[in-house]
Amino acid sequence: MNEPKLLQTPLTDLMEELGGKMVPFAGYSMPVQFAPGVRAEHLWTRENCGLFDVSHMGQARLRGADPAKSLEQLVPGDMQGLPANMQRYTVLLNEDGGIIDDLMVSRPDDDGLVLVVNASCKEKDYARITSALAGQMDLEPLETRALIAVQGPKTPKIFAKFMPAACDMVFMQCGHFSLFGHDVMVSRSGYTGEDGFEISLPGEHAEAIVREILSDERVQPIGLGARDSLRLEVGLCLSGHDFDESHTPIGAGLAWAVPKLRREQANFPGAARILAELANNPNQKRVGIQPLGKAPAREGTEIQVGGAEVGRITSGSFGPSFGGPVSMGYVGADHAAMGTQLDLIIRGRAHPAKVVKLPFVQQNYYRGKGT
Amino acid sequence: MAEIYYSEDHEWLAVEGSTAKVGITPYAAEQLGDIVFVELPDAGRNVKQQDEVAVVESVKTASEIYAPVSGTITANNEALEDTPETVNEDAQGAGWFFEMTLSNPEELASLMNKSAYDEFVKGL
Repeated sequence: MNEPKLLQTPLTDLMEELGGKMVPFAGYSMPVQFAPGVRAEHLWTRENCGLFDVSHMGQARLRGADPAKSLEQLVPGDMQGLPANMQRYTVLLNEDGGIIDDLMVSRPDDDGLVLVVNASCKEKDYARITSALAGQMDLEPLETRALIAVQGPKTPKIFAKFMPAACDMVFMQCGHFSLFGHDVMVSRSGYTGEDGFEISLPGEHAEAIVREILSDERVQPIGLGARDSLRLEVGLCLSGHDFDESHTPIGAGLAWAVPKLRREQANFPGAARILAELANNPNQKRVGIQPLGKAPAREGTEIQVGGAEVGRITSGSFGPSFGGPVSMGYVGADHAAMGTQLDLIIRGRAHPAKVVKLPFVQQNYYRGKGT
Repeated sequence: MAEIYYSEDHEWLAVEGSTAKVGITPYAAEQLGDIVFVELPDAGRNVKQQDEVAVVESVKTASEIYAPVSGTITANNEALEDTPETVNEDAQGAGWFFEMTLSNPEELASLMNKSAYDEFVKGL
């Protein structure tokens, strides 16, 4: 077999040593699962703490005179209103208001903004930012850093001994902390719907740090397979699947990422189209779709109403915590109301399904004491 | 007394006279991971050797199952509709897929016995 050479993260060797079944993903060799398997890893994360190597994602610093103001030329989020030590979710738009990628923007210190983008979109995201903001901004990919996610309800208890100050943060706060003597950038966020952290580590120390974290038996390494089923159950989008450049944030169900202030300013790419869709409904909308039988409806499955195609599934799997098949997809605006009956065409046969409210499984973020 | 045959696609057949009970091997079940759905052929369907006859879905992917021999489906294991995990737990027993009558028993010669299959798996 003549396979292209895959990139490695600072944690690839350790993931293999831990029994990871390695597969090519976005050009990297990544663990899709470990010995327990996707379902057990998924459930472990919902009940304990799962550790994910997500170093394949793009971390970068955006520096210049006013990075937040400059970045607002490319995203519909309120970046100038992002306080110190906070992180925000936003989307990178093309000139027509289509979504190139989604990303996290944070202000962990005074050195510009830190961006985290999807592995499969790194090159086009960086090209878009550097060309559109040429002369205003300098984008420095942080290529030597590793990134891990630790996710699950036991995460704060476990990290109370490793990194106590970070456990005072609430959902979407971020900052610098000391972890086993190393300076790390931490945000209280993730992609599983659970409480937890994403931690940016110096690559040369990543393996030693992760070994220390895994010394607590409540933490288990988790593969990309469970990462996908975890995020799908809580209704989070996978870039390039649950939206692409043909969708605006409105059709993609991300209207909340276009705050009032930016709607009024209407000074982001594709603003006219996005504001029109806000007023009049997009042609196609992303919705939660629950197959009513047991057969999972995978990406690409045709969605019909009365024998006519009305859309396609964009993510679909079995939800181990939900206990049945779960999916998302796009349907015409006429068919997007909760409870709408749909047919999913799986291997030539119609399987009944209905439009449901997302998420399938409740999110469990930490928003402060008493919540 | 049934005679057990194995295919290179990791199916087992328990053959008695001109009928066979068919399932996937424990090795195949383990490779597929957590099985969450099995689509089985309806009784009465005629299949040729290597036709796609069933689908096994794990959390992550769907995999096709091919008819190991030609014949007519006579029954399927309806219990798998509610408890597909039985395939992981007891692939060569309660996790059987379907029963069929053989239309060309000579095809059995293209299959393996247990020791040949064990060797085949070792070589993978």
